[in-house]
Amino acid sequence: MEDGPHLASAVRADAPPAILLDKVNKWYGALHVLRDINLNVATGERVVVCGPSGSGKSTMIRCINRLEQHQEGRIVVDGMELTDDTRSLDAIRREVGMVFQSFNLFPHLTILENCTLAPIWVRRMPKKEAEALAMDYLSRVKIPEQAKKYPGQLSGGQQQRVAIARALCMKPKIMLFDEPTSALDPEMIKEVLDTMVMLADTGMTMICVTHEMGFARQVADRVVFMDRGEVVESGIPDQIFNDPKTDRLKGFLSQILRGH
Amino acid sequence: MADIAAEASAPRPVADAALAPRRPPLLQVGPLAWARANLFSSWISTAVTLALSYLLIRWTVGFIDWAFVKAIWSVPVTPQGAQTQACRALAGSGACWAVVTEKHRFILFGTYPYEQHWRPALVCLLFVGLYIVSAMRRFWRPALALVWLATLTVIGILMWGGVLGMPYVPQERWGGLVITLILSTFGIAFAFPLSILVALGRRSKMPAIKMLCVVYVELIRGVPLISLLFMASVMFPLFLPEGINIDKLLRAQIAIILFAAAYLAEVVRAGLQALPRGQYEAADALGLSYWQKTGFIIMPQALRLVIPPLVNTFIGFFKDTSLVLIIGIFDLLTAGKTAIVEPAWQGFGIEIYVTVGAIYFVFCFAMSRYSQNLEAELNRHRVR
Ligand SMILES: Nc1ncnc2c1ncn2[C@@H]1O[C@H](COP(=O)(O)OP(=O)(O)OP(=O)(O)O)[C@@H](O)[C@H]1O
Ligand SMILES: [Mg+2]
Repeated sequence: MEDGPHLASAVRADAPPAILLDKVNKWYGALHVLRDINLNVATGERVVVCGPSGSGKSTMIRCINRLEQHQEGRIVVDGMELTDDTRSLDAIRREVGMVFQSFNLFPHLTILENCTLAPIWVRRMPKKEAEALAMDYLSRVKIPEQAKKYPGQLSGGQQQRVAIARALCMKPKIMLFDEPTSALDPEMIKEVLDTMVMLADTGMTMICVTHEMGFARQVADRVVFMDRGEVVESGIPDQIFNDPKTDRLKGFLSQILRGH
Repeated sequence: MADIAAEASAPRPVADAALAPRRPPLLQVGPLAWARANLFSSWISTAVTLALSYLLIRWTVGFIDWAFVKAIWSVPVTPQGAQTQACRALAGSGACWAVVTEKHRFILFGTYPYEQHWRPALVCLLFVGLYIVSAMRRFWRPALALVWLATLTVIGILMWGGVLGMPYVPQERWGGLVITLILSTFGIAFAFPLSILVALGRRSKMPAIKMLCVVYVELIRGVPLISLLFMASVMFPLFLPEGINIDKLLRAQIAIILFAAAYLAEVVRAGLQALPRGQYEAADALGLSYWQKTGFIIMPQALRLVIPPLVNTFIGFFKDTSLVLIIGIFDLLTAGKTAIVEPAWQGFGIEIYVTVGAIYFVFCFAMSRYSQNLEAELNRHRVR
């Protein structure tokens, strides 16, 4: 519908899918955490995933870069199927950036080193070039002056923006976010969301697990609602938030609205 | 109330006063206050302080008297041997450092040919130089491994000789401090990397590697070092084909490396376990390979965490090398013991042990201090 402000939307119809999940199943022991997940994310599309705690949102997006292994079904990322073959896994991880709830910066490296490590060693980029690139991204997330500091010296919001810059320095085609603002104090949430909006405006393919409704409305092309390991509903933000079809989604929405 | 009114009416000076650093009350800082708080806080504390001070002072005075005032530093040496009557006359009231003066070359170099002593002496200096260079962080780069390799080669050439006009000296004649330094330096230099591999192996996803590492660690840890050394010296040659004979020192060295690596591996593993899973995941998500992840992210952090127990283990092994005496290798301690076997010097064990102990202490204390500095320096990033 009217997700007009994004230029990428126009290209999307005929673009190849960036991510394809086809009947994906996963168990932890006997616990069935992902049930027949089907998800098709087009290049440049921005998908927000929401759902109650324990519904398998993290597990699903962690399967996409194989931090977790699925047991049934197919996952295809950027045209490459995820298998046990480590070479294709390396190739996929180069193209998929991830931002974690707990930042996971490397505390013994400076901000700049955090950002240049992977470009230098995985992308084989010359050091000077990697540093210039890192400084560029650090300026875009508005913290170039912190480059020589260590993560422990930064606030939570700053650390999360560094984590975003670090992922971007690999020039990924796809970015995954797992509740990037849940560990932050309220006053820092906005600075991180602003960074993500800015990223969305560049046409990046994004899957973002978050409960930030404002962000979802502003940025998402599609919202996916998960519960108990299933995709229960999916649609444009307006439809999901204003016109929920299932009781599960209605219950979830009333819950988070009460929470806010 | 009056104060508040005054502050309100005169804001400027108050602001200044608030900014000016105020000193804490005099009686709460400084040595006097410290003594009052820690040594004389109650009558029991005062009594204990006085009693201990008395003992401490008496002991110190007694030691100075024994070690310096009444001590004998050298005795005449005649063709019949050292004339130790003067020392015996002291009857223990003063130290007979003459035994150290007389035997120091034996303690340091064992039975190494006397006129060739410059070679082990140079080796000791090389070792110390190697330690100093390795301790400096600005030399921590791959080339340091080459420096080690080169130095250890030079050390081997110097000790064995047989080239460059240096007469060949069989290993049986090596001894003293040199042996202790060789066993502990080579021991740690090889055991430490091995222990890292074993620690990684224990966490490996490959069952065979994991089993191998677990069995290795548990087997070695379950056996005293002495029995390992015995096995190395007695049993090991039985398994070798006829005619091949591995040097006794080398066998002891291998036993020490295997023993040390098993212990160090557990220390390293503790460090690995202390790292949050997020660090592994972040490295994986960036596409780093297993060895890149281990080398750049995991090990640097894990090892920093375990510097104190690592150095503790290093210090332990430095002293444990003295156990090689049971298979007839002459390390520093054994050389000291042997020095006083000679009838003239019998009974001067205290002087020898004080000296040998002091040498051990210098090395161990240096390690300990260095590790504290290193820990503080490397963990700076943790401090906010
Ligand atoms: N490593 C694991 N081993 C066993 N069970 C797990 C593991 N990780 C997650 N689970 C279980 O799998 C289910 C899905 O977890 P997941 O983390 O994907 O949920 P989530 O939707 O991300 O929840 P949250 O909003 O709390 O982050 C939960 O029931 C959780 O307890
Ligand atoms: Mg989660």
